[in-house]
Amino acid sequence: MLDSLLALRGFVLLRDSVECEGRSLLKALIKKSALCGEQVHILGCEVSEEEFREGFDFDINNRVVYHNLFRDPLNWSKTEEALPGGPLGALRALCRRTHPGPVTIALDSLSWLLLHLPCTTLCQTLHALSHRDFCPDGSSSVEQVCVLGLLHEELHGPGLVGALSSLAQAEVTLSGMLSQTSASIVYRRPRQRPTRQTQCFSILPDFSLNLQGVLPLESQPHPGPPTTQVDPTTHLTFNLRLSKKEKEAKDSLTLPFHFSSEKQQALLCPGPGQATSRIFYEPDAYDDLDQEDPDDDLDI
Amino acid sequence: MFPELNNLLNTTPDRAEQGKLTLLCDAKTDGSFLVHHFLSFYLRANCKVCFVALIQSFSHYNIVGQKLGVSLTTARERGQLVLLEGLKSSVDVFFRAQEEPHPLQFLREANAETLQPLYEFVQEALKPVDSEEAVWRYPVLLVDDLSVLLSLGVGAVAVLDFVHYCRATVCWKLKGSMVALVHDTGDAEDEENDILLNGLSHQSHLILRAEGLVTGFCRDVHGQLTILWRRPLQPTAQREQSLTYQYKIQDKNVSFFARGMSPAVL
Repeated sequence: MLDSLLALRGFVLLRDSVECEGRSLLKALIKKSALCGEQVHILGCEVSEEEFREGFDFDINNRVVYHNLFRDPLNWSKTEEALPGGPLGALRALCRRTHPGPVTIALDSLSWLLLHLPCTTLCQTLHALSHRDFCPDGSSSVEQVCVLGLLHEELHGPGLVGALSSLAQAEVTLSGMLSQTSASIVYRRPRQRPTRQTQCFSILPDFSLNLQGVLPLESQPHPGPPTTQVDPTTHLTFNLRLSKKEKEAKDSLTLPFHFSSEKQQALLCPGPGQATSRIFYEPDAYDDLDQEDPDDDLDI
Repeated sequence: MFPELNNLLNTTPDRAEQGKLTLLCDAKTDGSFLVHHFLSFYLRANCKVCFVALIQSFSHYNIVGQKLGVSLTTARERGQLVLLEGLKSSVDVFFRAQEEPHPLQFLREANAETLQPLYEFVQEALKPVDSEEAVWRYPVLLVDDLSVLLSLGVGAVAVLDFVHYCRATVCWKLKGSMVALVHDTGDAEDEENDILLNGLSHQSHLILRAEGLVTGFCRDVHGQLTILWRRPLQPTAQREQSLTYQYKIQDKNVSFFARGMSPAVL
């Protein structure tokens, strides 16, 4: 289920497309984890901080730390605005950040990072990020972090998407238009078969999730978005099957080309009502009547 | 400027949205009428316009602009329009000292990795000047078109980075707007163009996609236009997210009508 995604503590991959953008869902999940009292770190590469924070209320904005990679990601401006170390440095800084209590890290977006970093480096960093070592008092303990990564899947080949999918604890693929969005979720638990589920949802203007129920499993083709099967027999202009009564009526009907004995009789001896027919023709003034015999030349 | 298109987009020069990236995309047809629309639209809106024109000459844009009721020559003299004429200045790159920065510097490099000089040109052109501040409303960047950069040997990621920086400067820092045209080749093997088109689609707020009719050329319907709003302010707003109309380009105007409702058919 969508609402239990955050409880997984690991890497969650959100796959969106041009028609169905996934940033709203990412923001909804961020709001949810901020409401649970978690510290949220966002690595923003694609939209400005103002645009990302738009729609969040004061409390949530307070809990959200925005690492701004949008302003100057490649250090073209040569000012202090760029994050030190570029995108990779920013990611590694997120790994090192120590904060007591549960942490959610949102990457907006993985696509931007994938276009600028080698895939292997990114996968290793993501793994380190979601299983980071946390030692508040010197004792070595491993605390799991929830990492939400937004991926625009049209931008990458199947190989890269597959590599990231295999790293993810859960994978959410969005489909449909904004009014009716559905998410097909694949959970991967260690030593278990992956489970699939498709859920319809909508996102309210304040970025809270409005879940609208789970689609039945048989209507979920694998993989990819659900498509409705069209029944070709719904709008036929004729019956495919006949009832018993209709069948009797059909059998009792004589077809026009059926030559029966009654028909033969009727043709051989015309009845009293059927007078021999004649053609009355009155020539018109402009009729071009040919007096010659058309078969004259045949010499019959 | 085509008033019917303004009606469809629910905008006028007086109350155009700021801070937005509009992506123009054409597939199997010529979408340059959209570029001419936005050029005359923003000049009428009294915006400071930086026009990166890589496809046609200045006089071509000027003649079309005059048909639509704006004079590019006047706008240029007043300082409202800053035009980078790609056809002309591409020659300049080869006849100047290599040390001098040129916006189209990538033409001279064997493996062009960055469009930073082009971005710096845009940044310089749209930099707010104190004396001008009261005159022009907000800056606008117009690019015709981005696909030609791929043909000139620039990688898709470099073009995406250029757009990213322009967006950060024009749309976010200066609260202006940006419009760019990209061709959709419809060719699955042209991976670079696919990356560029999809990457830009994800960055943009509004996508206008002009497509030729699948049935081929038609005298009375020149194609169809799909309008896709990607980031509505209210996620649950009642506004339709995507609309499709057919259009006919006339001498000084473009008429839009619902699919199958061309006056020639009815």
